[in-house]
Amino acid sequence: MSNLDINEVLAALQAHCGESIQLIGEDSQAALLVMPERMLEVLDILKTNELYQFNMLRNLTAVDYLEYMEIVYHLYSLPLRHAITIKVRCTMEDSTVPSVTKIWPSANFQEREIYDLLGVDFTDHPDLRRILMPEEFTEHPLRKAYNFVANTGEKR
Amino acid sequence: MVKTETYTLNMGPQHPSTHGVLQVVLELDGELVIQAIPHMGYLHRGIEKLAESRTYTQFIPYTDRLDYVSSMGNNWGYCLAVEKLMGITVPERAEYLRIIMTELNRMASHLIFMGSLAIDLGASTGMMFGFRARERILDLFDMTCGARQTYNYIRFGGVSVDIPPQFIPELKRFLADFPAMLAEYHELLTGNEILYHRLKGTGVITAERALEIGLTGPALRASGVDYDIRKIEPYGIYDRFDFEVPLGKVGDCWDRYIGRMEEMKQSASIVAQALEQMPEGEVMTKIPKVIKPPIGDVYHSIENPRGELGFYIVSDGSTKPYRIHVRRPSFINLQVLNETCQGLLIGDVVAVLATLDSLMGEVDC
Repeated sequence: MSNLDINEVLAALQAHCGESIQLIGEDSQAALLVMPERMLEVLDILKTNELYQFNMLRNLTAVDYLEYMEIVYHLYSLPLRHAITIKVRCTMEDSTVPSVTKIWPSANFQEREIYDLLGVDFTDHPDLRRILMPEEFTEHPLRKAYNFVANTGEKR
Repeated sequence: MVKTETYTLNMGPQHPSTHGVLQVVLELDGELVIQAIPHMGYLHRGIEKLAESRTYTQFIPYTDRLDYVSSMGNNWGYCLAVEKLMGITVPERAEYLRIIMTELNRMASHLIFMGSLAIDLGASTGMMFGFRARERILDLFDMTCGARQTYNYIRFGGVSVDIPPQFIPELKRFLADFPAMLAEYHELLTGNEILYHRLKGTGVITAERALEIGLTGPALRASGVDYDIRKIEPYGIYDRFDFEVPLGKVGDCWDRYIGRMEEMKQSASIVAQALEQMPEGEVMTKIPKVIKPPIGDVYHSIENPRGELGFYIVSDGSTKPYRIHVRRPSFINLQVLNETCQGLLIGDVVAVLATLDSLMGEVDC
């Protein structure tokens, strides 16, 4: 894996988008935290800029941290062979982020899965339906607040 | 004037060639496919949610149940992610054992692919031949860890147990027999004109589209994209072995079939090399009794028979994972089904499904 200095990426992106990008984590866990308003712009630069060429969205998932929801994008560049992690945070009450399906069509099923299990709304997604749980299901089971007992009627 | 209209046909969830409980809702114009919408979730067990109430060690057997025909790879992918988070290194012998087991499992998985492709296209003996060779591999696993399908063999810090003395002679016999077996399969299947015409030119996926839509594994390489994690980001000790990554040219069903047949040959060669190089020694390093990774998150992916299998683990410093997400190749590969099937005949949907080789245990997680 060729070395991509995340601080250089950060500086270059900050020149473009200002303070809406921060560095969080250290060493192998370093990631860029991007504000939801600017994320499409940032991700588009990461995909199209010759220096980065992140043409693969390897993995897309979300984590419920109780105070906020974090959506995690693991990007990989096949031509340049480097990887980067992008994180986007949204509130639990209004968990809405823009869909990246226009940039990486491979996000389609993964965003549907996150919508289904964690209840994140992806705006401009072409087909945002439940994918694993039954259609009539109303809750989002991977959220920490999900109540097993209420749904099974049994005590665990 | 005869008025025609399209109709919908349910394929699955109880259909032998959907390899599990996949439901494909087909919209058909006569025999032509207009839409093929996959519906999944019939096997959804909520493994990611279950992980949050299990300790790290207790989750290893759950990974067996994801892609249940290549469980060794699943064990390894999960263990590697946790080891990366905790900074555990693995003894030499265990590294070799992991490679031998995982590559044997890759062969077993591709043999199932070959057998099920044959039976899906009407050659029912193909299944028997595929399972005949696979049985020899399962016997090897059975004598090592006592299980034929859900191994729980690869653990944090190494493997659960060393191989028994009869393992190596038996494996050598199998490796000696395998080229002849493969030649026989090539003669029966690859040389079969019906199979050739069913697969050649069917379900073409271009390299650009395959990359965009997130295909990985043999299905992506059949389109000519050189993306094999064993080569580009070698994990374990893959950098010590000499093997080739077979690439296709067109990206049709035929290329996906031939690519996997070729991969079996390469896997056999890796196993033979590993057998030669493998040192004596410990198979398990000293690890803490209670696994408590430091606070943080990690993503690690490996090359499984179906593509890139990734584990994203978030640790809050306790004995149980805060969140585990599995990037399942079968799940993401299924995205390509609809657009690939459009314009094909209804019989070709089976060929596309079989060569994408999605496995429902993994799709539904």
